[in-house]
Parts: sequence; C-alpha cells; structure tokens
Amino acid sequence: MSNMRSLTFDAIIIGGGGSGMRAALELAKSGKKTAVLSKVFPTRSHTVSAQGGITCAIASADPDDDWRWHMYDTVKGGDYITDQEAAEYMCSEGPKAVFELEHMGLPFSRFENGRIYQRPFGGQSKDFGKGGQAARTCAAADRTGHALLHTLYQNNLKNQTTFLNEWYAVDLVKNANGDVVGCIAMDIETGEVVHVKAKATVLATGGSGRIYSSTTNALINTGDGIGMALRAGIPMQDMEMWQFHPTGIYGAGVLVTEGCRGEGGYLVNKDGERFMERYAPNAKDLAGRDVVARSMVMEILEGRGCGENGDHVYLKLDHLGEEVLGKRLPGIVELSKTFAHVDPAKEPIPVVPTCHYMMGGVATNVHGQAIAQDADGNDHIVNGLYAVGEAACVSVHGANRLGGNSLLDLVVFGRAAGMFIESALNEGIDYLAASDDDIEAAMRRINRWNESEDGESVPELKRALQEIMQSDFGVFRQEDNMQKGVQQLAELRERIANAYLPDKSNAFNTARVEALELDNLMEVAEATAIAALERKESRGAHSRYDYPDRDDANWLKHSMYFPAEKRLGQREVNFAPKTVDMFEPKVRTY
Amino acid sequence: MVTNITNLGRSGLSDWLVQRASAIVLALYTLFIVGYLLFSPGLDYATWSGLFAQTWMRIFSLLAFVSLSAHAWVGLWTVTTDYLKPTGIRIAAQSIIILAIFVFLVWGIQVLWGA
Amino acid sequence: MSTLQVSLYRYNPETDSAPYMEEFQIDTQGRDIMVLDVLHMVKEQDSGLAFRRSCREGVCGSDGMNMNGKNGLACITPLSEVVKKGKLTLRPLPGLPVIRDLVVDMGLFYKQYERIQPYLQNETPAPAIERLQSPEERDKLDGLYECILCACCSTSCPSFWWNPDKFVGPAGLLQAYRFLADSRDEATRERLSELEDPFSVFRCRGIMNCVAVCPKGLNPTRAIGKIREMLLANAT
Repeated sequence: MSNMRSLTFDAIIIGGGGSGMRAALELAKSGKKTAVLSKVFPTRSHTVSAQGGITCAIASADPDDDWRWHMYDTVKGGDYITDQEAAEYMCSEGPKAVFELEHMGLPFSRFENGRIYQRPFGGQSKDFGKGGQAARTCAAADRTGHALLHTLYQNNLKNQTTFLNEWYAVDLVKNANGDVVGCIAMDIETGEVVHVKAKATVLATGGSGRIYSSTTNALINTGDGIGMALRAGIPMQDMEMWQFHPTGIYGAGVLVTEGCRGEGGYLVNKDGERFMERYAPNAKDLAGRDVVARSMVMEILEGRGCGENGDHVYLKLDHLGEEVLGKRLPGIVELSKTFAHVDPAKEPIPVVPTCHYMMGGVATNVHGQAIAQDADGNDHIVNGLYAVGEAACVSVHGANRLGGNSLLDLVVFGRAAGMFIESALNEGIDYLAASDDDIEAAMRRINRWNESEDGESVPELKRALQEIMQSDFGVFRQEDNMQKGVQQLAELRERIANAYLPDKSNAFNTARVEALELDNLMEVAEATAIAALERKESRGAHSRYDYPDRDDANWLKHSMYFPAEKRLGQREVNFAPKTVDMFEPKVRTY
Repeated sequence: MVTNITNLGRSGLSDWLVQRASAIVLALYTLFIVGYLLFSPGLDYATWSGLFAQTWMRIFSLLAFVSLSAHAWVGLWTVTTDYLKPTGIRIAAQSIIILAIFVFLVWGIQVLWGA
Repeated sequence: MSTLQVSLYRYNPETDSAPYMEEFQIDTQGRDIMVLDVLHMVKEQDSGLAFRRSCREGVCGSDGMNMNGKNGLACITPLSEVVKKGKLTLRPLPGLPVIRDLVVDMGLFYKQYERIQPYLQNETPAPAIERLQSPEERDKLDGLYECILCACCSTSCPSFWWNPDKFVGPAGLLQAYRFLADSRDEATRERLSELEDPFSVFRCRGIMNCVAVCPKGLNPTRAIGKIREMLLANAT
C-alpha cells in the first residue's frame, strides 16, 4: 500500500449535509485541520430538501414557550425509547443553535415584531400535552433546509474549511486495537484512491431511504456511513425504526411538508371526509407522523382511498387561499404542479405515506462518540469514531421522529460533536497507526468490484432490494412476510457479492460509485430487516399486525444489531435527564 | 475587484455612466439633425454651412463628436476584451482603435472650426 | 410509437480523443417522464454514462444540463416541455470544461460565487436572541436566497462564456445582491467597492438569458440592475 497517497487531518467529516457542515464549522473556527469529504458538492446534500422548518422553543410565536414542553413532545413522539438525556440536551441547547444560525445569516421568515416565524407542526403541545397545539417550528418559508444548508456552507467558506468535494468514502480504516483512524476514499473526478488519516472520523452521511422503492429521499441517500460502520463490525441501534412520511406525492415520492397541515391543510378520503378526526380527535392532522401514516393506510385498506385504484388520499390546501400558499408554501405549489400536475390553490394533492427518515443508526452519546457493546452488553466508546445527524442514533427520535426535529438534531449534535472533538484534540489523541493489513482490509470491497469480470448488474440488484424492503418492511409488518424478506435478502447478499462492474474507467465513474453504494444499501436493508423481525411489538413507526401492542415489559429498549452474527440484542434507554424529572412511559394518544 | 488599466474611467461604473450619458447626447444630436433635414426641404449649401457657422451648433457638434469618441471607445474596448484573448493582439487592436478615434476627433474639430 | 430518440454528448477523457454525439432509442411507453428518468434508462443500457444527480426534485441543483439547446434541470423538465419531433439532444452546460459526458468542471462557477463573499457580515455583537428583521425587510430576500447554484444561468450567459474568470456571472451576482439587500449585513460599502470594476458586474449586457433559463424562476438581471443602482448611489 506504500504507493497509495495519504492525506492527514485532525478530523475528517464524511458527509457535507447539515450535521457534517455544522461540526466542520465548529472545528474550522478552532483552527483544527479539518476536512469535509462529500460525494456531492455540499449544497447538493439531502438537507437541502428539508422544507417545513426547525423545531425549537425560541419563544417567538408564544413568549411562554418552554424547552421542557418540546422535550416532552419529543419523548412522547418517540414512543418512550427516546434517550431522555439526549432529548434534554437537544431541546435545551436548541435555541442557542438556532440563534447562531440566524446570526450566520439564515433568512428565516418573520413575524410582524421582527422575530423568527414559527408554525405548528405535528406532535407539538404546550404544557406537557395539556395546553393544546403549539407553534414551535421555525421556518424560512417552506425552504428551511435549503436556507440552512446554504448558510452553513457559506459560513464554512468564511472560516476556510477544507472541502474534498465529490470524493467518496469507501470504508473505515481500523488499527490493530479496533480504533477508527481514518478511511479509504476515492476522488470521483480522477478515480484516485487515497488513505485519509484522521484522529477523529465523523460519520455525517445521512440516511438511507433508497433501500425502499418509494421514498422522499434523494438518490444519494444510500446509507454509506451505516454500511461502512457495519462492515467495520460496529453495531447499529434501532434500525427497524423507519419513518413513513404521511405526505409523499403519489407516484413521485416527492415530499410535501407537514407544514402544509401546520398552516391549516388537512387530509381527506374519497368521501371528502377529514378522517384524522376519527383517529386523533385532539391533534387531528397534526398527530405524530406514524399515527397519521397508519391512519392513511387504514383508510386505503378499508376502501376509502382516492383515485382509480383507491390507493392514496388527498391533501386539501385550496381553502388556505393563494396568498398564504404563495407566502408560506411557495415550494409546495411548485412541486405539486411539477410532480402531481395539480395547482394546490384549486385542487387537492394526491399523497401517500412514503419512506422518509431513518430513526436508527450508529449509537452515540451526546458528544457524537460512537458506542458499541461488549459481549456482556456493556457500552463502550469506539475510539476515533463519531456520528452525527441521521446516520447517528443519539437517540432523540426514539421510535418516531417529530417533524422539524431533524434539522435541530443536525445543528445541535453537529455543534456538540465539533466542540467535543476540539477539546479531545487539545487534550491529545494518539492512536496506533494503521498497518498495511488494516488498509488492505478497508480496500477489500473496492478491489472486489474492480476485479469483477462477470455477474449481475447493479441497477437490477438495487431494484430487487428495494422491492423486498417495500413489500415486506413497510408501514405495517408481519412475521411471515418479514421471514420471507430476510431470507430473500440473504440470497440477495450472495448475488451482490458476485455482481459485476462493467465500467472500470477512472474519470468520474458514477457506475463505480453506484456499485459501492449498493453494498451499503445491502447492509442497511439487512440490519433493518433483522431488527424489524426480532422486535416483537408495535412501537412508534414499527407497527406489526401480529404484535399490535406496545410491550414495555420486554421492549422498552433500544435494539442493537450485531453485523458479525446478524443478531439482535438490546440496549437500555436513557431515562436520566440531568435537570428535569424523567417522563414516565404513558399510553400514547393524540 | 478586477483591475483594469485600459478602460476609459478605470471603473466599470464610470464607463457605464459615460456610455449612457454619451448615448443621450448622440440621440439628441441625431434627432436634431434628422428634424432639421426634414423641416428644411429646399436645403442648399449656404443654409447648411450657415447652420454650422453658429457657435452653439459648433459646440453641440463638438459635444456629439466627443460623446461618439467616448461611446465608441467603451464599446470597442468591451468587444476587444471579450473576443481578443491574446494580450499582444488585444493591445495592438486597442491601440489602432484609440489612434483611429483620435484622428477622427481631431479631424472633426478641424472640420468644425477650420477655414 | 413511444420511442424517443436521445442524442447524447459523450466524452471519456481516458478513451476518447474528442467528444462525439451518441444516439440511443428509449421506450418511454408514452409516459410524460422527466429527462432525468430518461437518463437513468440510458444508463441501464450503458453504465458508463456519467451525469450528476441528487434530489431529483429540483432543489439541489445537481443536474443542470443543456436540453435541446436550452439549459435547465433534467429532474423537473418533463419530456412534453422539451422534446421536439421525437428527439431529445442532451449536452453538458455550455462554457465550462467537460470532465466526462454531461459532467462539467464547475470550478470557475464556484470561484465566482466565493468571490462575492457569500456570507452575512455583521461585526456588531449579536443579541442573546436572533437579530430582528421586519417582514418587509425579509421580503427583500425573496427571489434571491432561493438560488440552488445549478449554474444554468451563468452557463447560458455569453458574458460569462467570454470572461468566466472576471465576470461574476448572474448566479454570483444574484447572491451578491442577496447580501446587499439583507438588512442585517453591514458590509455594503466593501461589497460594492469589490464590484465597481468594468468586469465583475458591468459585463452584464442585460440580454436576460439567465432569466429565461432559471429553473427556480429567479431574475438575476433585476438583481444586477439593483446592484448598479446601489453603485451609482454610492459613487455620485
């Protein structure tokens, strides 16, 4: 491996979305030698697609708002497997992180008094669920993610962060002690493969919605960080928890923000009935996303779906009027016209629950440090490895994320990881260097693809994987389907191990990138499938016909998926916030 | 900030203003001449010459010539910097243009005030 | 007949001495799909085809390209909007060096963006909460901050083709004005002094190609006009 070029940084951040760039900003300001390695130019990351806003108790819409209420909503929304210490940290630190974004220039929408505009979102309440609907989601029209991502990129430019744009991280490099000491990465433009050495490696690779055939996620959301970590033997937490967003545009999968319902829109079935009034009498259309998505599927299954095949429902917005739509939801008007061929000012938008967000990921503490478990089930830190954002499971989202909490997660924990890594670097980090064998191990799969001579093609295998996940691991799940799915995935893994990369060229070879992404999709899909099969209860987004009830006696736990033995273990949920009393698990109704 | 030493005013803003101000002068001058020709059907050399014998007309014409020179330089300088990428060729072309504009301007003054 | 004839600009620096056009026949089954869907179908026939894509919904700005002579985003351009006589010709964005097939080197484009210092500058110590901004002040940023940096505008601008190193281009200037127009920004004078030379702003000849192609419906020409007004007000 002596002929391979190496680059050395204090910290390498893999992923240029919101969490990665927020962490990078913190480190760049501290003068640490930091680089963001991203497979796309940073503003093309999926954070850009976030629409409705960033939920945070900044007390603008309601001067009496309290971060503890936000924390209560978050814990309840996550169906009580939210780590309460992490939720406490996110909700209490949140206002600081949001004000920082505003100071950096994020063009938030405004109230008449000049403060940041906040809109109601699903699962929000005042006074610990007793004070009615809250309006806690800070918004820049319906382009909050775009505004946030561009602001973070701009401030990274200001602070002269190093960017390795259009570079693809292939695998983590571990030393003989099992510490993560960097990664193998490929410059997509030239095809050059480089050993990136770093004292801190941050996975900020986002989600993996592309394991499903219908998803709101960008084409780049292939779970690269999760795949790399699993191949490095690191367990994954709560991988069965996938959020299906109630309002993906029927047929296209493109997201329509929950902010539509926050602004007063609502769902109707084919009879024109506002059916959420039956399922969630209080919160109605602003119940938790899992609740709304399940209700929609129930309507469809019971024959009250809309359209020729009765396989979707309608989101009604026309009563809001063109002015509100133009001012508050301009992007939605655009997307509806382009992808649903309807003008929401006149007609309802056909929508269907669509895979949206991965609640699971690399287990971490609030500093972003990756956590693994030893054979006795005791937590230990994985030296050198950090995870933030959707790739991490810190876990503030538990079994179901609340709308607007993902952007907050990105900036709060991106910032926290940056601060922690800075102080760790100041104290001094010294890991054993990787040996040639260690590097060789991380090169194994790219070498496998480069040497492949014959086999199935990447697109057809990807399609097969997505179809398995879509049919057997969707909104509702049951044992026999999942058994079959797990079996099919095991077979698919063999097929992928023998798949073929026809194009071996170096310059901007996107076929090679897609082949490497397929390996990651496979890792994520299998972790999801096995975790879903083994969690024998219904909680949050994980909903089973055969186990319809929440089982706190056995499953008030995180699941931990161990890749080597393909086994599902458990990990304790944190019920120990530092400054408030913990929230006892209660029956979750909206 | 892109530095330039060959444009007229050393600033894009002044070039831009010069071009617009000179365009107004040229438009007024053109309107006047066209109007004059239209309203003087039996125009002969004596009348035409008489017009240009008056001081105000000479000043107006000189203003138009100066405006034309400035306008042409700003425009042609832009064209040369757009299309002539080798520095030597560009400077040569710009020199020829400056020389031509200078000659035409002096010649014009001579026509106006000469014998 | 629902066969679409797709003519694609191909160039692989490792194997081709010069770029060429390659023809593909794509069966669209009569559906009005997006140009990006067509590209994915072509890529199944020839995995070597290179193009950028990410969000597939017109917000990330990855897949700007030239479709039947006009720049736009492949993911939000339906065939019905662009195909003429059953034929679709796809080329990379004009005026930038081609890396491979439809992928261009956007270095110069990004450099011009960076040059205008695209970040809020405010040295006044920030309050404990957000800086206040009235809805009217905030409204001034509409039509500016939405830019997705797809480069459709700048690469349709002849002034940018001739002087990509000196003329900021419509995308960069739109962002320059986004910060000039922000009531929270304090660097107006410095920003303007960086723009008053004969190239940065003044190479714009107002032909409005940028407005015609912007997939987000933004108007860089108007922003450039506003910058000129500010420069004038500042210097006279």
